[in-house]
Amino acid sequence: MTTAPEAIVGEYKWGFYDPEEALFKANKGLSREIVNVISDMKGEPQWMREFRLRALEIFWQKQDPPWGSPQLKEIDFDDIHYYVKATDRDERSWDDVPEYIRRTFDRLGIPEAERKYLAGVGAQYDSEVVYHNIREDLEKQGVIFLGTDQALKEHEDIFKEYFGTVVPPGDNRYAALNSAVWSGGSFIYVPKGVKVEIPLQAYFRINTQNMGQFERTLIIADEGSQVHYVEGCTAPIYRSDSLHSAVVEIIVKRGARVRYTTIQNWSNNVYNLVTKRAVAYQDAVMEWVDGNLGSKLTMKYPSVYLMEPGAHGEILSLAFAGKGQHQDAGGKIVHAASNTTSTIISKSLSKDGGRTSYRGLLKVYEGCENVKSTVRCDALLLDEESRSDTYPTMEIDAPDVHIQHEAYVSKLGEDQLFYLMSRGLSEEAAAKMIVNGFVEPIVKELPMEYAVELNRLIELQMEGAVG
Amino acid sequence: MSTLLEIRDLRAKIGEKEILKGVNLVINAGEIHAIMGPNGSGKSTLANVLMGNPAYEVTGGDIVFKGESVLEMSPDERARKGLFLAFQYPVPIPGVTLVNFLRQAVNAVRGEEVPIREFREKLFSKMELLKVDQDFARRYVNDGFSGGEKKRAEMLQMAVLEPAMAILDETDSGLDIDALRTVADAVNKLMNPNMGLLLITHYQRLLNHIRPQFVHVLVDGRIARSGGPELAEYLEARGYDEFLAELARA
Ligand SMILES: Nc1ncnc2c1ncn2[C@@H]1O[C@H](COP(=O)(O)OP(=O)(O)OP(=O)(O)O)[C@@H](O)[C@H]1O
Ligand SMILES: [Mg+2]
Repeated sequence: MTTAPEAIVGEYKWGFYDPEEALFKANKGLSREIVNVISDMKGEPQWMREFRLRALEIFWQKQDPPWGSPQLKEIDFDDIHYYVKATDRDERSWDDVPEYIRRTFDRLGIPEAERKYLAGVGAQYDSEVVYHNIREDLEKQGVIFLGTDQALKEHEDIFKEYFGTVVPPGDNRYAALNSAVWSGGSFIYVPKGVKVEIPLQAYFRINTQNMGQFERTLIIADEGSQVHYVEGCTAPIYRSDSLHSAVVEIIVKRGARVRYTTIQNWSNNVYNLVTKRAVAYQDAVMEWVDGNLGSKLTMKYPSVYLMEPGAHGEILSLAFAGKGQHQDAGGKIVHAASNTTSTIISKSLSKDGGRTSYRGLLKVYEGCENVKSTVRCDALLLDEESRSDTYPTMEIDAPDVHIQHEAYVSKLGEDQLFYLMSRGLSEEAAAKMIVNGFVEPIVKELPMEYAVELNRLIELQMEGAVG
Repeated sequence: MSTLLEIRDLRAKIGEKEILKGVNLVINAGEIHAIMGPNGSGKSTLANVLMGNPAYEVTGGDIVFKGESVLEMSPDERARKGLFLAFQYPVPIPGVTLVNFLRQAVNAVRGEEVPIREFREKLFSKMELLKVDQDFARRYVNDGFSGGEKKRAEMLQMAVLEPAMAILDETDSGLDIDALRTVADAVNKLMNPNMGLLLITHYQRLLNHIRPQFVHVLVDGRIARSGGPELAEYLEARGYDEFLAELARA
């Protein structure tokens, strides 16, 4: 690390970082030994060790998907730390959190956010959850909200029942990689009929150069329950490429409702390859709200499998690609039962030669009746150099299906700019206003502080976009 | 009586097509002028060029507003100087609420942050003046508005921004009879001795409510005739064909 912190901060607003004080950092590269070391360090049960080793074999066999970005080839899997442990145990209270970590969180505004809004904070620092706080009323309701590692120790039965069932290691190359070396993430179990009123939140950061972050999140909403989970990230910038490859599995049981909100602002050198999937049973509702800013390459398609009648899936996706960035985002909905409904709304912005792609899959299985789906993709190009593509795939094997699909690509409108400027707004303020309006349908679904943060991030991205 | 706006031999084109071919007009503080003219004669072009729409290229002449040429000024600079255009076809800005838009516009035009309380009071009183209900301000700017709602929203913006010189491009079209009266009453209330008003319209009925001192007829990019309110009545009675024929004879 030779780059001075100030220089980095200058380049990237949220690019502050801490000296690396991690207690343990695995050697670079991937091997059975590394996987064994990870499992040993964590003191895991044998079945998890075997799961990891099986997944590693799968990773070695699997190829990148043929449609994947050519940039994937640039990832050097031998040049990555697969495990970093920042402190040796989970912390329960803010005062116990090491000073240098607190400093970072302070700058992210976490304690304040917590005072105001948070039910519990599961803040992932490097690969371990170091700070975890659940309000007593949640505990009393029987809600489990823990770091995934801790949940494996304390609730092994329920963990084992669901872990790896929604996204099996063989699903794709990066799911296999995550399954082999996963560390950290959040585990949530909401018992039958319990409605968690306040969003549960976690902040994520990558803080070790060349460190892959492989968090693993598992959410189980039991029958008739309700929960909203929110994750947000701002990552420090580093000189060489980082890999973030998470897996999120969600089980939404009969009549339950889950919303999973993500706001990401990875620094521009991060490969963000995430597998997010939910299964929704009878009359259940699953909603993904997914905002992707930053990163070098993001490939992320949250998906919902509608398994039983009455299930509803919803995906709201927002992507912003700046210079040198490619946001390949979208969503997948699989209708595997009759009387199921779904909505996908995708909004993307590109500027300074950035590229956004919408990639979507809508599948309706044979024999499913009365299926309704709406897909809408809007792309806004902020200049001539930028690019947007749409790759929608529909596999419809049933006759009684009502599908609406609309896709629009537009340029920042001269007439809109003139209209706003004629009311005194500068060209930059006018462009920001148009963009904020464009993303409003997604932003209005966010908790207040995230909406504010997202608008601020977009404004930062916009700066210098015009004139 | 001080001169507010002076248009001198103004020429403008869009693409390769010359549309304004030498327009001359002087508007003093406290005056109301009306511009009439056949479709396509260049009325909206004039309005857009006055406001600085970059789609049009000024090829000659000058626009002097408050003693200063505004030709080199961007639309926002002109707005901050006190110029306002109520558009013939207001543009939708999806996702942006009218109230947010107005707040930013007021701050921009005043050049300072107007306290939220003061802003709200002003907004509510102007909404009352224009008889729009409170929900209206929460809607997205011109998005899904009816023709009449758009025009009312334009007038609400004018009422809140309090410009020194307002150009109303066919604000009457799309308004029903009651709405026309409401809007006209509001404009009359807003009009003051320091302000200038330029009404672009096809119909006498607006001019029955807002009485101009001067009426101009724009034909093929030039002001073909100027007069008092009787000119508007003449046009209403005879139509443009007869007017043009008479013009040709003269
Ligand atoms: N963007 C444009 N591209 C090409 N021609 C244009 C454009 N805008 C205006 N024109 C042309 O310029 C001429 C004047 O148009 P303008 O809108 O100024 O007329 P107007 O007098 O306002 O008409 P109306 O009474 O119908 O509103 C018309 O022939 C019109 O077709
Ligand atoms: Mg016109």
